[in-house]
Amino acid sequence: VNQGDKIEELHVTPDKYLPHRYAGASGDFNPIHIDPEFAKVVGLPGNILHGLYGMAQVARFAEQAAGGDPRKLKRLSVQFRGMGFPEQEIVVTGEVESVDGDRATIATEAAQGDNRIIRNAEAEIETG
Amino acid sequence: MPVSEEFVGRVYPPTPPYEVGREKIREYATAVGETEPVYFDRDAAKAAGFRDVVAPPMFAVVYSAPAMGPAVLDPEVGINLMKMLHGSQEFIWGEPVCAGDEITTEVELNDLYDKGGNEFYVFESVSRNQDGNEVVKGIWTNIVRGG
Repeated sequence: VNQGDKIEELHVTPDKYLPHRYAGASGDFNPIHIDPEFAKVVGLPGNILHGLYGMAQVARFAEQAAGGDPRKLKRLSVQFRGMGFPEQEIVVTGEVESVDGDRATIATEAAQGDNRIIRNAEAEIETG
Repeated sequence: MPVSEEFVGRVYPPTPPYEVGREKIREYATAVGETEPVYFDRDAAKAAGFRDVVAPPMFAVVYSAPAMGPAVLDPEVGINLMKMLHGSQEFIWGEPVCAGDEITTEVELNDLYDKGGNEFYVFESVSRNQDGNEVVKGIWTNIVRGG
């Protein structure tokens, strides 16, 4: 792993009912995520993805970079910005920002088209 | 409304132990699209050196988020939930969490400040397993638009 290395992109398209399954799995039943009518009443275009679901995709991206071993993901920080929507592809991209011994820091973000839903994310992985 | 710094350092009571279930790990892993066998299969997890099926790192939200409830709802701090956004999130992982573990989480209000006309509330959660070992630290930043 070297500074500047691109990490293999992660592509995933959450289906229409993904927010419902994620709500059940995570325990977050905020209606803005699962009820399109409620979401519209509060001024959103429709029900939006859970931010922490997006963060979980960034985590998967970093886990893959670390060889699929969950022990090797040491730290992940993200900023939630644009709203994410079901039925649109999420692409997670990133590259190695720095390497220090057996630790590498990856700069990453997640976007749906031009809509960057997670920005300024940083993952620290063990490379040894 | 200007934020009251007197609340910085306030600690909320720890949650009752969260008992990590094998099927709950599988349900979460499936929902987020994880495919590594260590999240699903006991033998694969044991062969990789885990006690049992291991939780994906972001499973941290399942056992630590409930502890955020009383903190965010603290009437004295008075966060305006209608205008609140989850602005940023950080997790720092320690010992892996496996099925059968019992996880307790304690939350502290670490910082609060005004910036650019918005209020920022920074909470830190620390989750420990049944042996008292830290499994994850979470930094949760909530933003109230327009204060």
